[in-house]
Amino acid sequence: MFHIKSGQQSLVYTGDYNMTPDRHLGAAWIDKCRPDLLITESTYATTIRDSKRCRERDFLKKVHSCVEKGGKVLIPVFALGRAQELCILLETYWERMNLKAPIYFSLGLTEKANHYYKLFITWTSQKIKKTFVQRNMFEFKHIKPFDRSYIDNPGPMVVFATPGMLHAGLSLQIFRKWAPNENNMLIMPGYCVAGTIGHKVLGGIKRLEFDKQVLEVKLQVRYMSFSAHADAKGIMQLVSQCEPCNVMLVHGEAAKMDFLKQKIQQEFGIDCFKPANGETAIIRTIHNVPLDVSVTLLKREASLSGLSIPDPKRPRILNGALVIKSNKTQLVDPVEAMSDLGLRQHQLRFTSTISLDDEGPVADTADRLYQKIKSKLKDYPIHYSSDGSITISDTVLVRVSGDEETKDIAVSWLHQDEELGSFLLNLLSNGLET
Amino acid sequence: MKLLCLSGNHSKPCFVLQFKGVTIMMDCGLDIAQVQNFLPLPAATNSHLENLPSWSPPSGQSTQLQKEVSEELKECGGRVYVDGALEFSPPEIRMVNMSQIDIILISSYTCMLALPYLTEYTGFKGIIYATDPTVQIGRQYMEELVTYVERSPKSKVASKWKTEEIIKTLPPPVCDAVRPMTWQKCYTLHDVNSCLSRVQIIGFNEKLEFFGALTAMATSSGVCLGSSNWIITSGFEKIVYIAGSSTLTTHPKPMETSPLKEADVLILSCLSQRPLANPDSMIGEFCMKAASTIRNGGNVLVPCYPSGITYDLFECMSIHLDNCLLPHVPMYFLSPVSDSALAYANIFSEWLSTVKQNKVYLPEPPFPHAELLNSGRLQNYSNIHSGLSNGFKTPCIVFAGHPSLRMGDVVHFLQLWGKSSANAIMFTEPDFPYLEALAPYQPLSLRICYCPIDTSLSFSQANKLIKDLKPRHLVIAEDYLNPPLMAPHRADLTIDWDLNLTRTRTYKRGKILSLPVKRQFERIEIHPKLAGTLEPVEVKPGSLITMVTGCLTGKDNKFVLEPIPDDLTLKRKLKAEGAIRSYIWGTLQIRTFVDALAEEGITDVKVAESGDGSIIHLPSEDTLIQVEPDSTHIICEGNETIRVKLRDTLLKCLSKFYKIYTKRYLSIYLSIYLSIYLSIYLARN
Repeated sequence: MFHIKSGQQSLVYTGDYNMTPDRHLGAAWIDKCRPDLLITESTYATTIRDSKRCRERDFLKKVHSCVEKGGKVLIPVFALGRAQELCILLETYWERMNLKAPIYFSLGLTEKANHYYKLFITWTSQKIKKTFVQRNMFEFKHIKPFDRSYIDNPGPMVVFATPGMLHAGLSLQIFRKWAPNENNMLIMPGYCVAGTIGHKVLGGIKRLEFDKQVLEVKLQVRYMSFSAHADAKGIMQLVSQCEPCNVMLVHGEAAKMDFLKQKIQQEFGIDCFKPANGETAIIRTIHNVPLDVSVTLLKREASLSGLSIPDPKRPRILNGALVIKSNKTQLVDPVEAMSDLGLRQHQLRFTSTISLDDEGPVADTADRLYQKIKSKLKDYPIHYSSDGSITISDTVLVRVSGDEETKDIAVSWLHQDEELGSFLLNLLSNGLET
Repeated sequence: MKLLCLSGNHSKPCFVLQFKGVTIMMDCGLDIAQVQNFLPLPAATNSHLENLPSWSPPSGQSTQLQKEVSEELKECGGRVYVDGALEFSPPEIRMVNMSQIDIILISSYTCMLALPYLTEYTGFKGIIYATDPTVQIGRQYMEELVTYVERSPKSKVASKWKTEEIIKTLPPPVCDAVRPMTWQKCYTLHDVNSCLSRVQIIGFNEKLEFFGALTAMATSSGVCLGSSNWIITSGFEKIVYIAGSSTLTTHPKPMETSPLKEADVLILSCLSQRPLANPDSMIGEFCMKAASTIRNGGNVLVPCYPSGITYDLFECMSIHLDNCLLPHVPMYFLSPVSDSALAYANIFSEWLSTVKQNKVYLPEPPFPHAELLNSGRLQNYSNIHSGLSNGFKTPCIVFAGHPSLRMGDVVHFLQLWGKSSANAIMFTEPDFPYLEALAPYQPLSLRICYCPIDTSLSFSQANKLIKDLKPRHLVIAEDYLNPPLMAPHRADLTIDWDLNLTRTRTYKRGKILSLPVKRQFERIEIHPKLAGTLEPVEVKPGSLITMVTGCLTGKDNKFVLEPIPDDLTLKRKLKAEGAIRSYIWGTLQIRTFVDALAEEGITDVKVAESGDGSIIHLPSEDTLIQVEPDSTHIICEGNETIRVKLRDTLLKCLSKFYKIYTKRYLSIYLSIYLSIYLSIYLARN
């Protein structure tokens, strides 16, 4: 599987994969990488396979009973992959049951393939890797190379022969020899393309014609899916493992893919695409915009909000200046940014004075004013100094002056406290009564 | 950023790096050389070692303590050795709190043998990162060590001699023991398994993320199977740790240098321990001398580790024997882990040099020792008692551990063959001084050949590499600035990069360095919704600015700036705390302002100069405006309508980081957005 990332966008592309471990390979596995798009194969979009153990037991039982009766078992395989898996399966079974019937492997590619498996043991399952020093699983004791002359040998035997669909080569040759005997058995462990002998035989055809000769197919034919593709459960498992924002299904039958598409949309609530060959799918992704922020600004903000116990209800506010200069976009301290750019900060202050008819000493008025402001502005730090002036948030100043009858209340604030300033002014113009 | 140096042996390094709140240990080497203070552990009964006299203190006076000490020490040829369970010198573990270590990065299997001391029983909770061959071969080295120590058990731990007043009265080599109080007994197999279960296996060039704060990547260093250099980055700063590296072509995958370039800090350790010996000529000499010994009917003993250069020795030796027409001379390889050491080498093809790697596609085993084993020319045994004697043929070449000559099967062979001058012992491992290693066995008659093979960077290779890599700062061992003790006049055997040493920092055991890396920027993300509201203003050609106020959310050390929630009370609260700020800049042009006021219908304006600025009087509105270059003060009499009108007019005349909707700016915004995206992608290259 490939995880491709460009900027903020990412996608995961799978080839064929298998979510259940088998004898020589570990299961597919993916990080929770949350790609924007997961492109997955969906060969078995609707199939849910029964347990592998059952299938294996079934397979072994069939081979065993056939061999016991003196029959010959032909297993057409492709050189790599399933062949090794089935070999390990039979090898261990033969060892355990102490069977003597010979198992053959068609010469050539497969033998070389086993050699590759021995050298690339690091890519096989953990268990095989762990024990390879004592016993390399790909060095088979019971499985010997096959020779064409063995075809007519009497007695039971099991033969793995290529190719897997019985369309040419050794496997077909053996099949033609063994087909007329009902004691023999053919086990097809994988999918066969329509038109191949394999497909026909699996379809139940009992008479085949070769070179104008009729071949009676009397041997028992069994299909056992040892195909390694992930089934529908496996595909869903992969989706839940990597948590993509969108899924695209490729490879499979349209109707079955539709079913899986629906299931993915329902279960995960994400978009699922299924473009036909040649069709373009457009997938929209929304991403945050990356930005470089000065560490001092970030740290100062952190120290302001006190990082000790993060409070999810209390937002941490960052004030910064976004500066775009010589191909760089940076978020820096506003004051620094302005001085860097030669900009001078301009301070705008308002002072507005309201006259009120209010009898009594100035200090009394100031006291009442303080009480009123305090009751209205609970969140604000308010400082009441001895000379009768009230400071709010350090920058807003309220001062009372005047004589016994009328008082002048001056409110002074900076432009950045504009909302507070106009609120106070509004408040005071309605009198001092609370 | 801080760097702690925990190891005194630069070839078995151990560092702790503190950066961005993450504490990373780099390597965890075990200084095995200290075992040379001990008597060898015999592989079989050994009369020579058993009959050595106890040490007797020089002066007649003997206290109780001295008596006990003399029982712990044995004398041999004027030197004394500790007779007790072998002890090893782990890194300076007391300098750090192991439970605070988040991560351990391992560079090669030779630099990890102290791991069980540090990860077990210390509260360590972090993760160890290493490549697959590093873990597998490292495990073999540890298992070998444990097996050697456990198979000749000595229950008694000698500790009396370590007392400070005693140790200085003792003869060499014991008197030179480095901090014997900190030595520890060998760990057990259980410790090894438990320790290695904490390892996460990584591949070369795989990007690892640590807590969202740092990323790290291992690249091939070319010195042994799976050996790596480490690159730690924060997105802006880059720290490169070069442990054992080799620019020579041997069996491992070649060193990759380009990712190591232009680091802010380059930490360099593990330079060649034998800079005077050329590895190529040493291996040639080794083969020649071995063959000549064989030809004269003698046996060759090669003390070795189970992996590494040993593979090359098998290969070169077998070829040389063929060339000398001695193809039937058997090679024996003895190590408790010889089976797996030989088997693993042939399955690690992706970690091998191209030549070796190409063989597996044939498919053939990459190392010739697979073929040598099949043909019986190379035979491996786990020890001398496991069937070696059946069909043991001489003359032969025996490869056996341990190269310290203090344990393992080599002890047996040294005693078996030491008396005959026809035989030879050939040292190839550079970790131990060979004369010291041999001292307790003296007198010996066998030929002694010293061909140390150390493929690590020599000083000239290191100097060239540093020049190529162009780091901003270099951190090296203090000793690398001066020529080595054995060649004090060889000024070329130093690191010579930065004449004034202004950009060089040095480390030694126990030192804490402050590294000159100042973090300036951090990558965060802006929510697209907030980004969409930003409207940068061009204040100078090519320079744009806008104020951003957002809500910062941090998760896993990743920060996102989001719009402030649309909640009026919250906004008020934030304003009250001064968390949200706005900024105005510029100087008010009186003329412009007066014109603007006129447009708003305010015509009764009187302007008076005062100092730097002016005072504007609006008699009909009873309002005074003090204007100075950097400030304006509007003083009015409670009339909000007029104040708001004045405010807005004034702001129009000043530049302000508020939305200004004009056609001119709209076109700029478009180009800005393009440039933001462009610069982002350029920065990501």
